[in-house]
This record gives sequence, C-alpha cells and structure tokens, in this order.
Amino acid sequence: MIPASLNAYVFISVVLFAIGLLGVLIRRNTLVVFMCLELMLVASTLALVAFSRFNGTMDGNVFVFFILTVAAAEVAVGLAIIVALFRKRQTIEVDQLNALKN
Amino acid sequence: MGTFLFNVFAAFTVITALGVVLNKNAVNAAMCLLLSLVGVAGLFAALEAYLLAFLLLLVYAGAIVALFLFIVMLLDTRGTDQPSLHPLPLLARGFAIALVAGGVGSFYVHGRLPAPPLATAPASGAVLKLYAYQLFTTYLLPVQVIGFLLLIAMLGVIVLSKKFEGVDDIK
Repeated sequence: MIPASLNAYVFISVVLFAIGLLGVLIRRNTLVVFMCLELMLVASTLALVAFSRFNGTMDGNVFVFFILTVAAAEVAVGLAIIVALFRKRQTIEVDQLNALKN
Repeated sequence: MGTFLFNVFAAFTVITALGVVLNKNAVNAAMCLLLSLVGVAGLFAALEAYLLAFLLLLVYAGAIVALFLFIVMLLDTRGTDQPSLHPLPLLARGFAIALVAGGVGSFYVHGRLPAPPLATAPASGAVLKLYAYQLFTTYLLPVQVIGFLLLIAMLGVIVLSKKFEGVDDIK
C-alpha cells in the first residue's frame, strides 16, 4: 500500500534538491557545502525510487545502488581533498580559497 | 494512516534538511543531515524499497555522516562562517535562488505527473532476488566499473592524505 501519489514524492525530492542547492549557494564552509551536495544526491535517489515503484520497474532501484557507491567514493576523496587543503592553507572558507583568481 | 505517515516523514525530511543549511555549527549541520537521511529512508520504506532504505541508513547515516563528523572535529572551524560583502556574488546568488524557488513553485502549481494505476505496478523494489538478478545480468558491467572506481578512490585517498614534504618527495 502506497500512501501518496508519484507527484507528491517527486515534489518532496524537488524540494530537497532545492534546499541542497540553496546550501551550496549560501554557505561558505566547504564541509557544509559538501553536506548539501550529499543532500542533493539523496534527493535524486528519492525521485529514482519513486519513479521505479510507480512504474513497476527495477532499473531505478538498481541505479540507486550505484549512486550510493559513487557517493561513498566521492565523500572519501572529497574529504581527503578538504583535509589536504586545510593543511596547506589553514582555511576551508570558500571565499578565501581564491588562489586561481588573479 | 499511510498518508499521515508520508506527511510526517516528508515534513521531517524537509525541516531537518533546512537545518543542514541554516545551522551555523558544522557539527549540528551534520546531525541534521543524519536526521534528514533517516527521513528519506522512511520515505524509501513507504515506497516498499526496504533494502534501499536499509542501505541508505547503513552507508549514508552510518559511514558518510560519521566520516563528516570526524573531519569536522579534526579541522575545528568554529565561528568562521562569515557572510561576504561583495555585491556581485550576492546578486548572482540571489538570482540563482530566485530561479530555483521559481522552479519549485512552478512544479508545485503545474506539476501533474501521470501515475500509472498501482494495481498493475508490482512492488519490485521489495523483492531481494530481483536486485541480485539485475546486478548480475543486465548491470554486470556497471558493477565491475563501480568496483574499479572504488579501487581508484581508495588509491586516490591514500595519495592525497600522504604528506609530501617537497618536490623531491614526489619524484
């Protein structure tokens, strides 16, 4: 028994994605920006699972598998980059990481 | 009852996701991310994708958020999230936020996705056998590629977190 319509699930997914994008735009702490990126990934998986359930197919569910794996690898590499950056520059503020600017 | 549960999980997810964005403290933001993931796992369970709900809790809430918390405590960047005062980035950000808000609003007003009648759609996400069958037949090559990706990510993290003293060290 599924409580809500496909539209409702996709709307929640869209709202989550928008919140994640908002965080990427307004936050300056690189770690929090990264967390918001993860939120956007999870929002897209919610849409995939909803579409898969309502169409009775398996492909969306299997794709969520792959997205989970890629997200795990991405977080490991991204956090390693952030730690290396902090070691070199002593800051992880987005505004102060402007070495490529001039 | 089902709709009530959906509403509770959806509201919980969105409110805690807002907490990720609006919390000044990075540790609190990570905790809000954890709660938001629990909400999404609840929505997965409502969609009868029980394995994926469990995996989301295991991989995201268990591993990824724990990793985030480790790094937040390692770097200790309290009270540094100050807003910038340059007008042009602010303008660009405002424009982007207005565009996204417009997109969400237009989906809310005009979004009418055609939903097939549920009686014909089997709950394939609830059957574990189907995952295994799909992963080892149709998606065998992507599984291999993902395994290779994980290997490369592991090597990359080892190289990144190793300390190089100078140019001579890299050679």
